[in-house]
Amino acid sequence: MQDAFGQPQIVVVLGGSSDIARALTRRLCASRAHTVVLAGRNEQLLDEARSEALGYGARHVDVVLFDARDPFDAGRTVNESFDKAGGTVDLVVIAVGLLGDQERFENDPALAAQMANVNFTWPVAALAQIRNLLVRQGSGRIVVLSSVAAVRVRRAKYLYGGAKAGLDRLCLGLADSLEGTGVSLHIVRPGHVRSKMTTGAKEPPFATDVERVADDVMIGLAERTPIIWSPGILRYVFFVLRHLPAPLWRKVTDGVDR
Amino acid sequence: MSRVAVSGWGRTSPAVGTLDDVSTESEIVARLHSSRAVIARGLGRSYGDAAQVSGGSMLRTRISTVGPIDERGVVLVGAGASLDQVLNVCIPQGWFLPVTPGTRQVTVGGAIAADVHGKNHHVDGSFARHVLELRIVTPRGVATISPTSDGELFWATFGGMGLTGVVTSARLALLKIETDQVLVDTQRFSHLDEVMSEMTRSDQNHHYSVAWVDCMTRGANLGRAVLSRGEHARVNEVDSPSLHAPTTAKFKVPFVAPNGLLNAGTVKTFNEAWFRTSPRLEVAKPKTLSSFFHPLDGIRDWNRLYGRRGFVQYQFCVPERSGETVRRVIEHLSSSRVTSFLAVLKRFGPSSPGPLSFPMPGWTLALDMPIANTSLPRLLDDLDELVLSSDGRIYLAKDSRVGPDTMRAMYPRLDMFLDVKNRVDPEHILTSDLARRLDLVGA
Repeated sequence: MQDAFGQPQIVVVLGGSSDIARALTRRLCASRAHTVVLAGRNEQLLDEARSEALGYGARHVDVVLFDARDPFDAGRTVNESFDKAGGTVDLVVIAVGLLGDQERFENDPALAAQMANVNFTWPVAALAQIRNLLVRQGSGRIVVLSSVAAVRVRRAKYLYGGAKAGLDRLCLGLADSLEGTGVSLHIVRPGHVRSKMTTGAKEPPFATDVERVADDVMIGLAERTPIIWSPGILRYVFFVLRHLPAPLWRKVTDGVDR
Repeated sequence: MSRVAVSGWGRTSPAVGTLDDVSTESEIVARLHSSRAVIARGLGRSYGDAAQVSGGSMLRTRISTVGPIDERGVVLVGAGASLDQVLNVCIPQGWFLPVTPGTRQVTVGGAIAADVHGKNHHVDGSFARHVLELRIVTPRGVATISPTSDGELFWATFGGMGLTGVVTSARLALLKIETDQVLVDTQRFSHLDEVMSEMTRSDQNHHYSVAWVDCMTRGANLGRAVLSRGEHARVNEVDSPSLHAPTTAKFKVPFVAPNGLLNAGTVKTFNEAWFRTSPRLEVAKPKTLSSFFHPLDGIRDWNRLYGRRGFVQYQFCVPERSGETVRRVIEHLSSSRVTSFLAVLKRFGPSSPGPLSFPMPGWTLALDMPIANTSLPRLLDDLDELVLSSDGRIYLAKDSRVGPDTMRAMYPRLDMFLDVKNRVDPEHILTSDLARRLDLVGA
């Protein structure tokens, strides 16, 4: 069970080998998390994440393998993760995503569909089963990694941003649907995060790193903030950017992306 | 059954489940057989997650009769009766509860589950010492238990936080009183050391004793305190002896206050005003039972003052030899500038045999703190370490945050408790959010 400060004991991390997920898992284990299930695609990375979690104080860490390109497998992944957690799951983190190579993907129907599957369809399918299980439990929290790219989709990253935008909006509605069930959902909107997913990419202003994002998520969880921006200033930056006229928006984003 | 959200008195971590009223033992038996997770819930005055179970069934026992009092002062009361209801029957007949916590708004069942203590613990022990017999429903059936008939289950139930079964009634031994007044001595101390040495020196000479401590002052005023001690007044000691039932609350906090109403500034000001208006020394001043024992019952829903995010209470006890720990805790709090309302300091007498019963001979300190800053979880973890290193423990009825390892270290007889629990509840039906948090569900 989570304690009075919202610190979880049993945690499921979908996309558990991503850099942000690992930084977050380390913090959760250092506070109250004693049981962690890490689900992901890369067994070797998951094993590393597993030792790390144990090193930070977890007592039981289990691993579940899945491929986010297959949304029909999401239900199985969630069920298996909950089974391995073995008790009341306090927190489910969804850190599944693929930044992709826009220029290569944008004219390829199969790869475009894959971007939508990994960033949108798989998480949506997983959320359906997570919602089901947590509502029955009558408690628990969900953290969904979205992105500021979802707030206003820019042309250079529209496959990624568009899919995240779908997920982000869907989660806003999902969060409302959870009112009164004992379950709640937090959306995390980081800016550009320096990680293995973004290595080599040009760095826009307000770039951040995984440690900072993980810190912000921990604070957001403690304060029960429904939408967690990281860094926090992006809330205001994007309030402005969201309302820019399209030509100006393109000019601003092209300055970042080209 | 529709689901509702409930929480403890601290208003943190709400649970969503069903609230089911039960008025017979057979209904309770049926619930224990048809639900996956069940816990009894009284008036919801435990601070944390003890009387709630997410996704399960919370049973509100509607068995609340207060039976006739025999000539020795023994009475049979329904576990769903509040102490207020019990006192309404007892006081007019010249009887009083032998142990009463800081509020009358707890049920008899809750008082047993938490094995509550009062201002007289140093002489009279906890609630358990005054209960002769219990009726309890467990998944294995209904039983009447006492220290001599399934004593293991009897003692495990005191402090067992409802995890050994649903208590339906108890036979209590009451205390004879002549009036509804208490003669109170009040004394002000400007430093913690002074009040503690006074309590060590002379608490034994007083039936009731408690000190209110300011944890926000430092240096020469560290832990300044007001000590209040009392005796039941005899007929010839007051002007107009009477035996009136307690009055109901006059005030009510009408809505949940904004977060931060109780902050370092406002609480400090309150503590200051309270200290200055307390008498330096006052002897044998008559007070009503309720104003002496249950001052906060005068304000309904006072927990709303802490705002939407609620508050935590931290109550620990340490053995006699570790009085120094009390001082270190208060030093730690005041130097971290944590907002904490007046703390309650008192001396404990001998423990009850319950493996999870809280009191141990020595000192106890209880602190209320709003959930405000992000450093509070770590600060309380530090306090846990201090308490643990002094062989002390925290009170589960107040707790909403320790982890299973800490709890196990604090309650060395936990396995004895779990053995009893596994015997009466082999399928782990009796559970609560607290039990899940502390791994008490059974194995």
